[in-house]
Amino acid sequence: MKTRMVLAATTAIALAAPVMAQESETKVIGVSIPAATHGWAGGMNFHAQQSVERLEEAYPELDFVLSTASDPGTQVNDIEDMVATRNIDALVVLPFESDPLTPPVQSVADSGVWVTVVDRGLSVEGVEDLYVAGDNEGFGRVAGEYMVEQMPDGGNIVVLRGIPTTIDNMRVEGFEQAIEGSGIEIVGMEHGNWNRDDSFSVMQDFLQRHDQIDAVWASDDDMAVGVLAAIEASGRDDVQFVLGGAGMKEMVQRVMEGDEMIPADVTYPPAMIATAIEMTALGLVSDAPVSGVFTIGSVLITPENAEQYYYPDSPF
Amino acid sequence: MSDIAIRARRGLPSMSVLGPIIALVVLVFVGAMLNSNFLGTANITNVLARSAFIGIIAVGMTFVITAGGLDLSVGSMAAFIAGLMILVMNAALPTLGVGIPIVLLGMAVAVVAGIVAGMINGLLVTALGIEAFIVTLGTMGIYRSLVTWLADGGTLSLDFGLRTFYRPVYFEGILGISWPIIVFALVVIVGEMLMSRTRFGRHCAATGSNEHVAHYSNVDVNRTRLLTYVMLGLLVGVATIMYVPRLGSASASTGLLWELEAIAAVIIGGTVLKGGFGRVWGTVIGVLILSLIDNILNLTDLVSPYLNGAIQGVIIILAVILQREAKAKGG
Repeated sequence: MKTRMVLAATTAIALAAPVMAQESETKVIGVSIPAATHGWAGGMNFHAQQSVERLEEAYPELDFVLSTASDPGTQVNDIEDMVATRNIDALVVLPFESDPLTPPVQSVADSGVWVTVVDRGLSVEGVEDLYVAGDNEGFGRVAGEYMVEQMPDGGNIVVLRGIPTTIDNMRVEGFEQAIEGSGIEIVGMEHGNWNRDDSFSVMQDFLQRHDQIDAVWASDDDMAVGVLAAIEASGRDDVQFVLGGAGMKEMVQRVMEGDEMIPADVTYPPAMIATAIEMTALGLVSDAPVSGVFTIGSVLITPENAEQYYYPDSPF
Repeated sequence: MSDIAIRARRGLPSMSVLGPIIALVVLVFVGAMLNSNFLGTANITNVLARSAFIGIIAVGMTFVITAGGLDLSVGSMAAFIAGLMILVMNAALPTLGVGIPIVLLGMAVAVVAGIVAGMINGLLVTALGIEAFIVTLGTMGIYRSLVTWLADGGTLSLDFGLRTFYRPVYFEGILGISWPIIVFALVVIVGEMLMSRTRFGRHCAATGSNEHVAHYSNVDVNRTRLLTYVMLGLLVGVATIMYVPRLGSASASTGLLWELEAIAAVIIGGTVLKGGFGRVWGTVIGVLILSLIDNILNLTDLVSPYLNGAIQGVIIILAVILQREAKAKGG
């Protein structure tokens, strides 16, 4: 405890110096996001850094503190440190998990700091000033509608789900509703945990178990990579296409090039963090009202529009 | 040497020997009942090939644990080595071109990186005398961050042409037996000989059983320990050589929890977690049990996929209980 306070104090002094040197008008925006431990989060980190750099240049009166945490506990510490040592005016947070982050973010909001919550909502309503999120139910629905359109006569599909979470449940529910009554039958559904290796094994086993699989909803591009490798290795030609999701650049590229196995993709943009940071900054430097809910729709990427969703510099 | 080791020498079939074998036979039987493709060549090849990574690592882990150590860093180490290998191969592509030399270069990088990584763990444990759990917990975090950093938070992918060329190393082999299975088998045979027929194997058991007694019996305890870590590092490198051609990529989620799977396989196979007694062939059975559970659960809808982990957990605990029962009875 003692060392931590000493640490906090030294950090405070070190950090306060440049702040005091600047004009008193300077406003500080804290950005707290999960660390880049998988593809999507890596993309999100990239877009967060990009928009912070851009905004610092565009608005000299804005200062940013960006921190990444690899678990909810660390994220709470980060946020506490931002309030204690950087005196932030606004906080942009993508909660690692909803429940543990709710009380700390609430106390930040209660102290008068502007709060923008991204993607994963908090467990209590009305804490945040601005909520920027993707549309998980829509993510599943768009994928389901595409399947129905591609297979008007129905068929057998297998589904690879993500890590068991509410996000995954919402997506699968949206998907199941969209294909209801279409003649498309889900013959197998397992968790690929948004992971290439797990999905490779699961798909290998699905191919052993079912003689006829017409299509796969991999529900994520990382999982689609594993699924494709398993299909390729099996030498089977009954699988017509694999539908992933999230907009990984390699997959978007394959859509762009008209790859028959990857005819489309569904977005769940990691760049939504950039939307949140930009809107928060706009709220601080201008009179434009930015509070409320901003839902970023899940869009179907097809060869026609793929170029628009291709970010060659992003790691994702 | 512990009493368990002595009894095993005498070749009495106790529950600790039979338990894992019975479990494996039951699993194979259940699998065959549930799905007609279960015993098909394709399924057996799939399961064995994908077990090979954990299997090769687990053989090395058997030696580390037998000598009274532990290594939590192997999963992160594998991810880091895979990332490093991909980076080096991609960088060398313009000069070397697609061909055998570049694959050999990649393999050399993996082996050297594995040996160095194992050496670092081993030296921190032996020369500085830090608890193995702490050392490898630390290096686990270091390698995981390093691979995330190398990949810039995304995924490192092998050049596509290179991947196509390198792919047969995972998917093809001799006489229909794929390379990972062949390499796994070789590693097991060498491991089993080392453990049961050589002085090194006896030194590992002596070191793990009682460090001081081993020391006074003229066993170089530190050297033995260091060698087990280096050997494990080398095997992590070998596993990575097999792993990279499969998906041609490495990211921060590569090799997640491999260390726990490897340790679980070692313990299920009858090696004593406290050290002093190890059994390489038992480890192989442990690895097969773990991957068969996954395979069977994927081949049926009997159990909710949410419970996969629970079933593996039950089997791990059961295996250890069986061994303890045997020890109590044997006296």
